Amino acid sequence: MISEKRFLRRFQESDFLYDFKRSPVTIVSFAVVVVLFLLAVFAELVAPTNPFDVGSLNLMNGFTPPMQPNAFTGEVFPLGADNQGRDLLSAIIFGLRVSLFVGLTAVILAMVLGVSLGLLAGYRGGWVDALIMRAADIQVTFPSILIAMLIFGVARGLLPPSMRDELAILVLIISIGLSEWVPFARTVRGTTLVEKEKEYVQAARLIGLSSRQIMLRHILPNVLSPVLVIATITLALAIIAEATLSFLGVGAPPTEPSLGTLIRIGQDFLFSGEWWILVFPAATLLALALSVNLLGDWLRDILNPRLK
Amino acid sequence: MTDSILSVRNLRVVIPHRHGKLVAIDNISFHIQRGEIIGFVGESGAGKSMTGAAIIGLIDPPGYIERGEIWLDNLRIDQSVRGDAILIRGKRISMIFQDPLTSLNPLRTIGDQLMETILTHLPLSAEAARKKAIAGLEEVDIDPSRFGAYPHEFSGGMRQRVVIALALCAEPELIIADEPTTALDVSVQAQVLDLLKRLCRERGASVMLITHDMGVIAETTDRVAVLYAGRLAEIGPTQTLLSNPKHPYTRGLIASTPSVESGDIGTHLFQIRGTMPRLDALPPGCRFHPRCEQIMARCRSEQPEVAENGAACFLYEDD
Amino acid sequence: MFLIILRRLGQSVFVLFLVAFISFMIFRYVGNPVDNLLGQEATVEQRDALIEALGLNDPLHEQYLDFVTRAVQFDFGNSYRGALPVADMILERLPATLELAIVSALFAMILGTLLGIYTAIRRNGLLANFIMSSSLIGVSLPTFLIGVLLIWLFAVELGWLPSFGRGETVQLGFWSTSLLTVSGLKSLVLPAITLGLYQMTLIMRLVRAEMLEVLRQDFIRFARARGLSERVVYFSHALKNTLVPVITVAGLQLGSIVAFAIITETVFQWPGVGLMFINAVFFVDIPVMSAYLLLVGTLFVVINLIVDLLYLAIDPRIRDGQLRRKVDD
Repeated sequence: MISEKRFLRRFQESDFLYDFKRSPVTIVSFAVVVVLFLLAVFAELVAPTNPFDVGSLNLMNGFTPPMQPNAFTGEVFPLGADNQGRDLLSAIIFGLRVSLFVGLTAVILAMVLGVSLGLLAGYRGGWVDALIMRAADIQVTFPSILIAMLIFGVARGLLPPSMRDELAILVLIISIGLSEWVPFARTVRGTTLVEKEKEYVQAARLIGLSSRQIMLRHILPNVLSPVLVIATITLALAIIAEATLSFLGVGAPPTEPSLGTLIRIGQDFLFSGEWWILVFPAATLLALALSVNLLGDWLRDILNPRLK
Repeated sequence: MTDSILSVRNLRVVIPHRHGKLVAIDNISFHIQRGEIIGFVGESGAGKSMTGAAIIGLIDPPGYIERGEIWLDNLRIDQSVRGDAILIRGKRISMIFQDPLTSLNPLRTIGDQLMETILTHLPLSAEAARKKAIAGLEEVDIDPSRFGAYPHEFSGGMRQRVVIALALCAEPELIIADEPTTALDVSVQAQVLDLLKRLCRERGASVMLITHDMGVIAETTDRVAVLYAGRLAEIGPTQTLLSNPKHPYTRGLIASTPSVESGDIGTHLFQIRGTMPRLDALPPGCRFHPRCEQIMARCRSEQPEVAENGAACFLYEDD
Repeated sequence: MFLIILRRLGQSVFVLFLVAFISFMIFRYVGNPVDNLLGQEATVEQRDALIEALGLNDPLHEQYLDFVTRAVQFDFGNSYRGALPVADMILERLPATLELAIVSALFAMILGTLLGIYTAIRRNGLLANFIMSSSLIGVSLPTFLIGVLLIWLFAVELGWLPSFGRGETVQLGFWSTSLLTVSGLKSLVLPAITLGLYQMTLIMRLVRAEMLEVLRQDFIRFARARGLSERVVYFSHALKNTLVPVITVAGLQLGSIVAFAIITETVFQWPGVGLMFINAVFFVDIPVMSAYLLLVGTLFVVINLIVDLLYLAIDPRIRDGQLRRKVDD
């Protein structure tokens, strides 16, 4: 398509690439995110072992320090082994996959929900707008992590005990997704209110396009760049929220440990000197959250120079 | 020239940026006499406001004075360190800005802001300062009962009068008025200008009036300086300059101003062709030459300086 | 002005009723009071009798009114685990949470404001830039990780401060305080920093951004042109104008501190209501969850109301209804 080509050219000619190349912090953050993302996607191929294959675990390997052969089995683990003799590197790579999966899907959920409600509120106005925005006002009074915990608790209450672990990841995604829709909705509503008064939308209405078509084809493209910025920042928040819930023991189930779960396990061994069980998962989480945050900050500065 | 309150010599102000630096003011010299009202006129970006900011020492960073001298009486003030600047700013020179709506702190009463200024500069007791503040308000025709009112409770014209009271309350010798009436309704513009003019005349204070309005210049000022793209184009007594402009730019500026008296209504106004160049794309030679009707060969390569006759133009050099 | 206060009060009551309604729905429909009181082996007759006794057959609005009436009298029913009255559990644990939250909030607000002003005034200074860069790490660092890392450094490696619990407490009437004993104060240091650090960085960044915004305004230029000293310009003119938005966010942050206390209390095994709540989520103890929601909801509404009233006190334009309160987006 022509428009796509033109878009690509505009992208190349814009300040976007220029600014990107000039910001070493951004390049590093971008590289970190890409590497971690690829690790998570290709976990089976990259990880030395499958940490969830109970058969391959040897309790004798428990608490092996990093890069030192185990006293009994002689096995070496690059980042050490945890209390059950699991290779920590593999556990981190698979944990990263859970963290990223939950984070990304939760953001997509929040985005779809927020953008739709924002478009609807801005375009329809009247009581629809009032209802949606008042709900948003009330929800933002409460910290999203609290909302996520509540939704999580309620969902657990509604599920029969046997299914609680099985559906834990899904419940986690919904809890975090539902707790982060407000910024999307507010931004989209604001832009929609401005755009719908513009002549091209009036013209589209005159030639008889349906509201749905106008919203999706004409208004939606205008809100994409702020939505991208919010999505990136929300991704960092979602990853942290997931890690927090899992750390507190009310997130990812023991069968699918995320980075937060690994940190929870590691904390127990801090006092006995097995620092690596805590430090490596924590460092991975920090690198991920910080890089995504830095990318989000940079995107916001580039796409919205007013906020600089 | 013993009677000049302020003299500016070869002033050059630059703004550093990514690819080098922009010269916002280039080699401007002038002086202001005690008690006179001098107008500074030019298009936006010509350097009028920057000249005012340079004099009062409030150039927005990263801009700075690269060269030149500014003398207040016999005190050099362009290099003032912070402490000295305070003694001059507000006390000997004060400034009025364009927008009275935003010049006052919205969270403090006007009386509070007046008292604060008076107590900063004058050795008065709180009671005496209060009396002076109230007298200042009365002078600008604001009822002293409004002493405890907040800025948002006043109209635009009233707020600008409060601003004038604030600028005058420490009895400065020079007031820089940067487009003081541009943001106001036309009907109150003349009123505010008359007030400013009257109060300064009474006190013998000089006014540097920055404007883009030739009409205001004609009615208010004693002398006028025309700025173009960071340089002085022409300077001289208002009467002479208006009746006999020498620089082609001044001529264009005057010709493009509508005049109600001369029955210009409905007739086609003169326009100077083209636009003023941006500071990052200045032409070589005389900066006005691409738009000049009387361009000569040397205008393209040489920069004219202000001559005896007050104009920076080669037209009058007969060599 | 009284009209504005009255309207805000009305909105607060509305939100309170809404929060109560959600708590009620959770209490009534998510949990199953009958199963939990009787166990699985009860006969149908026993169940019907209990349903009748609990009023579960009454119309919904009556049940809701009943729920609110009892909540106002601080009766939230019994916990599923241990069968203790939820109200007693909350009362016993509330002082611990409030002391932790208030100390953290003070730490966050005072240090955050000071650092925010400093980094705004010395915008391009070396130290200011360093503080700003490290604050980004602070924002990315999850609360629980801060806690864990502090424990590692100050409790495990250096052994200076305790890593869990409240230390010794002193009973003042019904209020048990750890602020009056040495071990209590020592125990408070790490949790308070953990809880306050994130809010501190947020407040600092906000104060800095607002301060820079205010410093760009004309009235600051005019204040300088009037010859006011830099100190007066910064503290007497800029700071007060900065405070308006900062108070809103700081107030809302106070609310988040109570919520984030859940995490801090879990990391440090701090015996407060947050730890109680997370255990309730884990064990699906519905009455405790519902009561906690109501408690925190009320607290938030009250804080919001106070923030609005502070607003009126600071900005005369809002007092006169000229300026509407900016929503924090």
